[in-house]
Amino acid sequence: MSTETLLERINAYENRADPYPLYAELREHGVAQQNDGSYLVGTYHEIAALLHDPRISSDVRHRSTPDAARPDALPPSFIALDDPEHDRLRRLAMRPFGPPHSPGRVDALHEDIVEIARELTDGLRDRDRIDLVDDFAYPLPVTVICRLLGVPHEDMPELRGWTNTIIASLDHSPGEDPQEKQRAGTAARMAMGAYLGDLAERRRANPADDMISALVHDDGPEGRLDKPELMTTLTLLTIAGHETTVNLITNGMLTLLRHPEVLERLRREPELMPSAVEELLRYEPPVQMLPQRTPLTDIEVGGVIIPQGAPLFLMLASGNRDPLRFEDPDHFDPARRDNRHFGFGSGVHSCFGAPLARVETQVALAELLRRLDGPRLVEDPPPYRHSPILRGPRHLPIATDVRAGADA
Amino acid sequence: MSGEFKSGRIVIVGASLAGLRAAETLRDEGFTGELTLVGDEPHPPYDRPPLSKQVLLGRVPAADVGLPARRQVDARWKLGVRASGLDPAAKEVLLANGERLPFDRLLITTGTRARPWPHPEEARLDGVLTVRTVDDASRLAERLDAGPRRVLVIGAGFTGSEIASACRERGLAVTVAERGPAPLVGALGGTLGSFAARLQRAHGVDLRCGVTVTSLLGSNGRLTGAELSDGSRIDVEVAVVALGAVRNTEWLDGSGLAAGPRGVACDAGCRAFNMYGIVTDDVFVAGDVARFPHPLFDYQMLALEHWGNAVEQAEVAAHNMVNPGPLRRPHLAVPAFWSSQFGLNIKSVGVPTFSDQVTIAQGSVEEGRLVVAYGYRGRITAAVSVNRAKWLEHYQRLIETAAPFPPEPGAADRPTAPRVMASDVPDPKVLSHGPTVALTGHLPDRRLAVLRPMA
Ligand code: HEM
Repeated sequence: MSTETLLERINAYENRADPYPLYAELREHGVAQQNDGSYLVGTYHEIAALLHDPRISSDVRHRSTPDAARPDALPPSFIALDDPEHDRLRRLAMRPFGPPHSPGRVDALHEDIVEIARELTDGLRDRDRIDLVDDFAYPLPVTVICRLLGVPHEDMPELRGWTNTIIASLDHSPGEDPQEKQRAGTAARMAMGAYLGDLAERRRANPADDMISALVHDDGPEGRLDKPELMTTLTLLTIAGHETTVNLITNGMLTLLRHPEVLERLRREPELMPSAVEELLRYEPPVQMLPQRTPLTDIEVGGVIIPQGAPLFLMLASGNRDPLRFEDPDHFDPARRDNRHFGFGSGVHSCFGAPLARVETQVALAELLRRLDGPRLVEDPPPYRHSPILRGPRHLPIATDVRAGADA
Repeated sequence: MSGEFKSGRIVIVGASLAGLRAAETLRDEGFTGELTLVGDEPHPPYDRPPLSKQVLLGRVPAADVGLPARRQVDARWKLGVRASGLDPAAKEVLLANGERLPFDRLLITTGTRARPWPHPEEARLDGVLTVRTVDDASRLAERLDAGPRRVLVIGAGFTGSEIASACRERGLAVTVAERGPAPLVGALGGTLGSFAARLQRAHGVDLRCGVTVTSLLGSNGRLTGAELSDGSRIDVEVAVVALGAVRNTEWLDGSGLAAGPRGVACDAGCRAFNMYGIVTDDVFVAGDVARFPHPLFDYQMLALEHWGNAVEQAEVAAHNMVNPGPLRRPHLAVPAFWSSQFGLNIKSVGVPTFSDQVTIAQGSVEEGRLVVAYGYRGRITAAVSVNRAKWLEHYQRLIETAAPFPPEPGAADRPTAPRVMASDVPDPKVLSHGPTVALTGHLPDRRLAVLRPMA
């Protein structure tokens, strides 16, 4: 047995391609206290209990050893706040995005998503080798979120840079100097917030048909977001609407290529796609863990007391494979029923963008299955991104048969 | 396995939500025999919750509230025919058209109907309506479309309150007459009742509590007004009678089953009792018409008019109809329901009336967002949220594990220990004292009740 703690091993890059045996070990431990005083929870029912417990905070300022390097000039966004503040901001952000005030927003994007996916696959037509990440899975959701929010196309590279830096700063696994990562993260957050805040100002003066315009012109009974709130909320939406979907599409294709019989079945039974995407969210969830929770008071779970202020990690990907909750959990079953996975979290912070992410991934995978001829993995496992939290391949090289002069 | 029942004849009487879900489950579980569904309405199964909400707002036509089928069900449908009797010895259901349907196993899902206005000649006045069926709802929606000067809603339970809400949303003047001290008080107790009263008044409802409607007045067969027990009189063109539901059990008179105005009694496995309390093995019950013992609530016989209960109980009943004893499951779901009215989403888990105390566990009345937790003798038995539904799962878990009441403080939005008050459920049942029961397991086949000594 290694002397490293489980968390250290889960964080270790060499385990990125297959963390699942470590999660199985974690479930054996129940609630696992780590040497650094943090707690890992990996069993389904305990995670569910904690995700719904109002005494569990998402605001890391409640930790007994707050992140010294986080005196940001900006307040936290709502993903890192508790009710009632979280609830107020989330509701204000939801008004221009989903029901009841904007029930048609995601539906209206559906056509756009199909069109973007088509354009991207058109570009793959005559190639016998592609990198699914750079050629498809990345540009698709980024184009979609920019179109949704109304971010000009030419500014996308800059947003990508900030996003990468911010995501890297969330990652506490070994690697570069943590202080430096934090500093860079804070700077990127400021820069991105300022950019999006300015964009919002411009839309206030000159509204367009996009969500930012709707947000700044919305006069609901609870007023509008103020400037710092706009900055942090738009930054959150941009980042959250980005990397996760990239990873779900990539993990999806990877999983299908590893299960050719399922791939064939989905070609035959396209109506199975929604349930296959749910199974992907269970089987290879892009958000592997929630590293930001903290108990506001001593909380008993699974026979262990987690003390107030202790860093608490909820291992969603582990809960998704808990045999006490899911039958044959390591089996990928695109027609699985009773699949209440944690792919989008659960409880009050459950994913805001889930309806959009679902449509994007369903469309993306359907389009890939339709357009790629004889796709095969070139490298298994593929090279992964660094982050153990937002986990997914950095590249996914795929070989295909080129159909000479063929069209769809 | 012996005791399996995968062929033969099954009859389901009642072709609404519970009947449909049971039929689907029977086929899912491999029942290949003959399946017949009998329904007194001419329509295929439809969804009732929208009837008092979107349909009345004119957002969804009444014809569009069909229930999405989960699967194609291979069955004979006898719609527009009422069942008129049951012959348990011959194992036959008698239909109003004289037909007899033999069965090997029977499932009763006849549900409820709207309690009618007690004075038949007043009830016949043009403009007096109830809301239970899709036809009722479309009639009422038409009346509301015509822009009546004032609508009277008699009874401020959930249905009455939702109807009043729809009227206000359409800009119609509405008077609500409620015998109790506040709206919803019978279901939710005093704290939320007074909240609901303020809410309705703030939305312009002319709410009159502690009164009854003594008569509905008409001229030339049309409703013109109503007299109230406080001596007042109002002019109205439409009156909606929302006095709750009557269980459809009359057709079982003389069948020897334990059937009556409070429903058909059954065990936790949905098998009907006969009038001696002996459990039958070929007659099952599910949905609004069933009364079943629930271990979390001291084995009191619960009869629930909840959408979720109808579905879950139908699934359990269907499973048990075709599986042998050892594989049968108990119906242990924690009751839950929701309502939307006056811009609020109200959701309940547990049994709020099974309580002696309440506390506001999260949020506050002032914010209009809150969770009220209900306790009975020191353990939590229910919780109701207003615009806070996502927190309820936590309380459901507390209810299932018989956690202490009041719940421990420390919620981010309720850091200090809240005040505990009397739950103020009118006419509290005389609750017996017993050991505490908790539920374990979350998968249907692993759900169990465990007894705990009283703390
Ligand atoms: C496959 C893609 C996605 C996955 C797997 C995913 C997953 C998640 C998870 C697990 C959470 C819970 C975080 C927590 O409890 O702390 C979350 C929250 C969130 N997601 Fe997503 N997400 C996806 C796509 C999106 C998209 C497209 C958007 C934006 C349009 C979005 C916006 C958000 C926001 C704003 C939150 C915070 C919600 C809150 O704190 O109330 N997500 N997401």
